[in-house]
Order: sequence, then C-alpha cells, then structure tokens
Amino acid sequence: MKQLLSCVLTFLLWLALTWSLTPSDIAAGVFISIVIAVILGDIYPEHPQAVFDPKRLFWLAVYVPYFLYFMVRANLDVAYRVIHPDMPIRPGIVKVKTTLRGDIGKLALANSITLTPGTLSVDIVGDDLYIHWINVTTMDPEEQTGTIVSHFERILRRIFR
Amino acid sequence: MTSLLPKVLITVGLLFDLLGCIGLVRLPDVYNRAQAATKCVTLGTCLILFGVATQFGVSALGMKAVLCMLFILFTSPVGAHAIVRGAYKSGVKMWEGSVVDAYRDVATTKPEER
Repeated sequence: MKQLLSCVLTFLLWLALTWSLTPSDIAAGVFISIVIAVILGDIYPEHPQAVFDPKRLFWLAVYVPYFLYFMVRANLDVAYRVIHPDMPIRPGIVKVKTTLRGDIGKLALANSITLTPGTLSVDIVGDDLYIHWINVTTMDPEEQTGTIVSHFERILRRIFR
Repeated sequence: MTSLLPKVLITVGLLFDLLGCIGLVRLPDVYNRAQAATKCVTLGTCLILFGVATQFGVSALGMKAVLCMLFILFTSPVGAHAIVRGAYKSGVKMWEGSVVDAYRDVATTKPEER
C-alpha cells in the first residue's frame, strides 16, 4: 500500500517535471517511480488516507495564507534590522515546549518557526524546541512559548493531530 | 499588465535576496547570519521563481518553477537547522552581545545520557 502510493506520487511528480507525454518519457518515469518506491516507500506515513480528511485539508487551507503572512513579516523584520544603522538585535537561544505529538507535526512547526519573524529552530529534543531568537524580548519561559509557538500550534494541532 | 507582473515579482525577489546578502555581511555571528540568509533568500528566490511561473504560465518551464518553489520552501529551513546545529555542536561561539543560551547544557551532554 505504502509502496503503491509512493510510486503514484513519484510518477505524478515526474510528469509535472518533464511536462511531456511521449512514450519514452512515460516509460522512463514508470521505471524510476518503481525503483524509488521499492527503495524509499518505507518512509511514507502509516495511514496515508488521513491526508484526504476534509477537516484537515480545511485547516491546511487556513494555515497556508496565515503562514505566508508571517513569512512576509519575517522578511520585513530582518530587512529592518539589517538596514538600521544601529542593528537593534538582542540574540539568544531559548527553550520552548511544544504539545504536538507526531514527528511530521513537529517538523512542520520547526520549519514554520524558522521562516517566521526573528526565530530559527536549532534543535528538537523530545518536546523541547531550542530556538535562536534574534530579539529576545522576555526571559520568562511561559511568555517565550506563547510568543513563538502557540499561534502556530493552534492550527497545526488540527492538521496533524 | 501581464508583462509587468513577472518583472515586478522578480525585482522584489532580487531586492529581498540583496537584503539577505547585506545581512550576511553585517550581522555578528553565524546564528544571526543564518537567520538573515534563510528568511530573505527563501522568500526572494521563491518570488523570482513565481515571477518566472507567471511569465511562462502552464508550460514545462512554469511547472518546473512552481515545483522548485515548493522544494526550496520545504528544504531551506531544514538546511538552516542543520547548519546552525552543526555549528553549535562543533563549538562555534555566540556573539558576546547574546543575552541567553538555554542550549548549552543539552548540546554538551551525549545523546545516550539524556
């Protein structure tokens, strides 16, 4: 099942990349998809049908513009700090907690944190995320967690459970 | 109008890439530099590729640009994470103006002692 899904997805990606329907391209695509599915099929999640849960797709659709908004803000924030003659930075590494359980959920959270204003994921150990923060505004762990992770977690929890 | 949009997108993308490069030069240590490099260069490069996609529409070139956008969006934070974590573990010092370092204790203990 996992191998089949992997094979189909890889083949669709191949079609999008080559963007041609000549028999030789399709034959090469089928061959490569099968090889990749046999080697890498194991890394696919255990219950792939969960992807088609409409509730999750709805929250994903909410999350994407929300995330893009923060990403643009992050860039303006960095631009401001870089151009400002005094460079107003107060960097440090802080520790925050996440309540997300799944590995993919944590990955999405860490990636989102990296691309949003002033924060960069350094490491994940269990439930603790170590975040490099370019402008540490508070030393209180509760407030740090609130500022950095809570607004993403609220939506990510509904997507990944 | 259709010929203006790609040019605007590519120009804004180049501007963000430039800001990322200025950040690389001006900011003090590897961790702050990784911040500027990851954020600005990801959005800048995505905007350039999006500009290419709007220029060429649904074609071989446009599809490749969109796929590259997605790949950069997923892989660049992971790359930044790996570089910063590797830098910390191999002993690169943080800037002396840094205010807090919660990672020190964890980074120095070996994985099996956790």
